[in-house]
Amino acid sequence: MAASLKPPARGERYKSLFQIPREEWFVSGHRLCAGCPVGTTMRMLTKVIGPNAIIVNATGCLEVASTPYPYTAWRHPWLHLAFENAGAAASGVEAALKVLKAKGRLDRDIKVVAIGGDGGTVDIGLQALSGMLERGHKVMYVLYDNEAYMNTGIQRSGATPWGAWTTTTPAGKKWRGEWRPKKDIDAIVAAHRVPYVATANPAYPVDMANKFKKAFELTDEGPTFVHVLIPCVPGWRIKDDMGITVARLAVETGVWILYEIDHGEFRVTFPVKRRKPVKEYLKLQGRFRHLTEEEIQKIQEMVDRQVEEVNKLVGKEVIGPVA
Amino acid sequence: MSSEGSLPAYYEIPPGGAIPEPGSSLKYKTGSWRVLRPVINQDKCVRCRLCWVYCPDAAILELDEEYVTSKGRRYKITYKVNYDYCKGCGVCARECPVNAIEMVPEPIGGEE
Ligand SMILES: Cc1ncc(C[n+]2csc(CCOP(=O)(O)OP(=O)(O)O)c2C)c(N)n1
Ligand code: SF4
Ligand code: SF4
Ligand SMILES: [Mg+2]
Repeated sequence: MAASLKPPARGERYKSLFQIPREEWFVSGHRLCAGCPVGTTMRMLTKVIGPNAIIVNATGCLEVASTPYPYTAWRHPWLHLAFENAGAAASGVEAALKVLKAKGRLDRDIKVVAIGGDGGTVDIGLQALSGMLERGHKVMYVLYDNEAYMNTGIQRSGATPWGAWTTTTPAGKKWRGEWRPKKDIDAIVAAHRVPYVATANPAYPVDMANKFKKAFELTDEGPTFVHVLIPCVPGWRIKDDMGITVARLAVETGVWILYEIDHGEFRVTFPVKRRKPVKEYLKLQGRFRHLTEEEIQKIQEMVDRQVEEVNKLVGKEVIGPVA
Repeated sequence: MSSEGSLPAYYEIPPGGAIPEPGSSLKYKTGSWRVLRPVINQDKCVRCRLCWVYCPDAAILELDEEYVTSKGRRYKITYKVNYDYCKGCGVCARECPVNAIEMVPEPIGGEE
């Protein structure tokens, strides 16, 4: 087997895992929990974008765990931000680069990548993000979605799915975990008519690499957005070694559909012929442990509806029935 | 055992708390977190790269080291665990398609 194959040229796709560059840009020594797929995802992101990028990062697990002073796991120029302003700060950095270029003080093509958690993106940072999208800043925004405010102790967010236990949506006789459905942030972003929106998943590394690559390159035209599902060890109550397995099950059950919206064109990038029952995904996670058979059935129906919607959008059955 | 040296005085800190050294977290060895350690069976490993890709801590090294298996198969690369940083999560062992990685109890004292 070859050590490393050449990465694809601009506009081309990764075809093999061996095209991912060996060099590390998000290095060891960070303090993400053992088994945290945020580490997997950031390694991939930074490898794909390469050195010519400035990263801005809303606070959350990633920000806190990657940069406990005086250490940093980043080799890119990197900016620590408040919880709510990733979109605004990214806009500012992009505008500054534009001015430097116009004045002839910058001759390289340097792109801006913003990273935020689900709390920082779908809740408190939503207006900053919307402003950035509306103004058309050439920024790639990466949402790593662990479905709650994990850094501060597992409080629910707008991205927490129905039925999930969190410290602010407890599970007992009266409360049965989160009672509101997960906010569809990708549809909200797509409604801004940006060039590229995609969902990704660390269990599918080549698919994820291609989405990062496309999103990074298409910032030449405007803002782009990649939404990555991140199972969280303490927050989802899973074993240390289960992050990738649970992420994969999200796709296999139809809970997480891998798709992209490229210039308005919707495409499922990983069709699933036969879905596994959603129970297989839920049963590995302590945050769903309290659910009754009826409640699990309700989630199954929510997933069925989501799959139906996507199939309708595509115009054929790309995600199949439960086997 | 984890950090190196002492913290600078306040007047030595760059304005804004900037960290002038990229990737300085390499000085912080997270290997001490480990309870179980992954051990790669080089004969079983088919060099698929998955453990290297999935490792959240970049603690699987991909080395240009040749290896000949007991059955005579020659590989140009070898995957090795960097125990300085491996936190012992076990993702590599769980995801390895040929079960070439075993999680064994960390020796007491952390030495090999
Ligand atoms: C205005 C404001 N409110 C609250 C906080 C405290 N805070 C820091 S990170 C965080 C939660 C982050 O959640 P998310 O964006 O989902 O990232 P995660 O920690 O889950 O990775 C909160 C509430 C803050 N920094 N600023
Ligand atoms: S709390 Fe969850 S998201 Fe945060 S570092 Fe730990 S595993 Fe990762
Ligand atoms: S996942 Fe297993 S087979 Fe693949 S490179 Fe790692 S040890 Fe070898
Ligand atoms: Mg979160």
